Amino acid sequence: MRAIGIVLAGGNSSRMKELSNKRAVAAMPIAGGYRSIDFVLSSMSNSHIQKVAVYTQYNAKSLNEHLNSSKWWDFGRKQGGLYIFTPTTTPNNSYWYRGTADAIAQNLDFLKNSHEPYVVIASGDGIYKLDYAKVLEYHIAKKADFTVVTANIQGQDDPSRFGVIKTDSDGRVTDFEEKPISAEGYQVSAGIYIVRRRQLIELIEKSVEEERYDFVKDILIRYKGIKRVYAYPIDTYWSNISSVESYFSTNMDFLKDDVRNYFFKQYPNVYSKVQDLPPAKYNNGSSVKNSLVSSGCIINGNVEGSILFKNVYVGNNCSIKNSIILNDVYIGDNTHIENCIMESRDTIRANSDYKGENGEIKIIVEKNERYAL
Amino acid sequence: MSIIFIEIFLGLKKYIPYKYNGGDRVIKKEMIAMLLAGGQGSRLGVLTADVAKPAVAFGGKYRIIDFPLSNCINSGVDTVGVLTQYQPLRLNTHIGIGIPWDLDRNVGGVSILPPYEKSNSSEWYTGTANAIYQNMKYMEYYNPEYVLILGGDHIYKMDYEVMLDFHKASKADVTLATIPVPMEEASRFGVVITDESKRILEFEEKPEHPRSNLASMGIYIFSWPVLRDSLLKLKDQPSCDFGKHIIPYCYEQGKRIFAYEYNGYWKDVGTLGSYWQANMELIDLIPIFNLYEEFWKIYTKSDNITPQYISGNAVIDKAIIGEGAEIFGEVHNSVIGSGVHIAPGAIVRDSIIMTDAEIGSNTVVDKSIIAEKVKIGSSCVLGTGKDVPNKIKPDVYSFGLVTIGEDSIVPDNVQIGKNTAISGVTDISDYPGGILESGETLIKVGEKI
Repeated sequence: MRAIGIVLAGGNSSRMKELSNKRAVAAMPIAGGYRSIDFVLSSMSNSHIQKVAVYTQYNAKSLNEHLNSSKWWDFGRKQGGLYIFTPTTTPNNSYWYRGTADAIAQNLDFLKNSHEPYVVIASGDGIYKLDYAKVLEYHIAKKADFTVVTANIQGQDDPSRFGVIKTDSDGRVTDFEEKPISAEGYQVSAGIYIVRRRQLIELIEKSVEEERYDFVKDILIRYKGIKRVYAYPIDTYWSNISSVESYFSTNMDFLKDDVRNYFFKQYPNVYSKVQDLPPAKYNNGSSVKNSLVSSGCIINGNVEGSILFKNVYVGNNCSIKNSIILNDVYIGDNTHIENCIMESRDTIRANSDYKGENGEIKIIVEKNERYAL
Repeated sequence: MSIIFIEIFLGLKKYIPYKYNGGDRVIKKEMIAMLLAGGQGSRLGVLTADVAKPAVAFGGKYRIIDFPLSNCINSGVDTVGVLTQYQPLRLNTHIGIGIPWDLDRNVGGVSILPPYEKSNSSEWYTGTANAIYQNMKYMEYYNPEYVLILGGDHIYKMDYEVMLDFHKASKADVTLATIPVPMEEASRFGVVITDESKRILEFEEKPEHPRSNLASMGIYIFSWPVLRDSLLKLKDQPSCDFGKHIIPYCYEQGKRIFAYEYNGYWKDVGTLGSYWQANMELIDLIPIFNLYEEFWKIYTKSDNITPQYISGNAVIDKAIIGEGAEIFGEVHNSVIGSGVHIAPGAIVRDSIIMTDAEIGSNTVVDKSIIAEKVKIGSSCVLGTGKDVPNKIKPDVYSFGLVTIGEDSIVPDNVQIGKNTAISGVTDISDYPGGILESGETLIKVGEKI
């Protein structure tokens, strides 16, 4: 494909509450075995984008660990590859990334040294599969300066935390409002953009000169009247995980047959780092219903309507309902967990009781005191 | 220059021709491994109809060869030649360039060594030692001090480096790995009799009255010059074999042969019964062979990394289940591979279901080994009826097992007895009265998909 990829994975979101203390949103674990960024990286790899840069800033430890090899997504090639850009100080610059446009500006050489005519920019917190080549075709057919991929989130999420978009009958964007107080319509930006590389370089240089650092606010929205900005509606599954509620519901979507089949059984695949864990083990007395279980788990108790990530141990007589247990959690005997998200590497003592009340999802963060038990 | 020429001419200086000494950067590996993976494993019946034994699936997501390969890399042996001959396609695609085992190296790594045509004599690998002899050039290239000879048909975790330390400390020429077996079973093995320093005094092959219970595991470390000389000396020996020819030859030559005693889990999976048994042992509450330890991981090529889904009506007690499996029915006491689909109402008991197999709705599966990509129709009953010995191969298809080979298809509404084997695409006309009686074999060659 005649494009390079940029993945914006530097962000943090206060809507993630305690979950973002440990990691950037792009590194959030999804559907048992994946991390959020796998979906955008796999889509790029499957669209034959060979050169991808990931911009990280906030708490990138988990993310860097996950991206320690580019081979999982097939980027380990002589042509192209996976680049990771964290902020660095140089003689000309000693700032963190002051915004998405600034992140691109601080690594502008990456764009300047590439020869592909187009750039696909995507955020690391979307859960979807998309052939960017089709979006690019649309972009070229519409003679657009920018193409924004949009999703309809009616009945799925709250539009006021997104960029809300209105288009004319041709698909050209007429209105683009970032995080409106009261949103009209459910057509929101999916955080995926296509732009010609030279145009991007020009606009980024200009806006950074004017001390404007946000790609959406200071480039897309500011230029929407002058430039041809088009919307490409995505009609397959799309979800953004940047709030606790949507993180929870996105994961739970994978218990549905159609969502699971779409991501796991239909071509193309979603790739992730392979961890060489043994198969999950169900001992006598375990009962598992309507749940996703990942490799390395050992289950002795009851699990219902839940998602167990990798290497979870469930003790005897436990009951886990409607919950997400992140990787490497140890749950002692006789523990009850309902409507919770359990942070990774927690150690839960025997006979504990956790319950999210009144439709709230409770986030549990406990110390890892496994070796003290 | 001309002065030097005159000096040499007059005999004042000695003429020393320039000779390139190869430099200091010659390739050097202390120990390389040669993994014998060419055998068919005919005692596994239809399981090895299309694949070599080392490529047979094991324990939900592994293949048998993953165990010696993982042992190699965990022991710091990073140069492994895998000798293939029988049906190597699955092995080749599984091993590739060795990425899952970290054996993709600039120097060394894993190499697949099939028999090849030579300018004078071309032949298949006629025996274990003959196979190694035919790859002399491969070993010479790495300039090793020691060569480790491995088989590809056992399940175990072993640190070959410890064995090498023993070899060095004993100043041995050859070291055999041995394992203590119960005295009453020792007559099934080749046993060794040693002195106090573990030097081998005598060999006994399947002795009637064993005098020792140290059985040879078929794992050898040779000091390279000893191996090289023995292979060259015995190069004309027909079907040259390590156990039958090379070791006896070294013994006759008075080489220092030692027995290294290994005391961990070691399981031969050469027969359907032992293969089934070894799989079932993985399900125990605390298995003797523990895959869940962080230390000494077993690596494999995973195509499937999705989590498994257990539906609302599924029942599972005592099982290990691989990635991406979907369980809608019941699973009791079984090993379920990656991507297996068990339909609603199906009941699977005491069975091994390998990667990507499908079990139809309301089918009951008892004590069966179902190979990869097999499709079993709905409302079938497997493993029913009397325990009658198999009519064609009673020594292979025994233990009361139903064995179904790769890519086979079993139609709806059939009953299959014990000690049976099925291979190929079958339809209802192959089952008189909808039944395959105990002890029958149903092999439809050439109709595989």
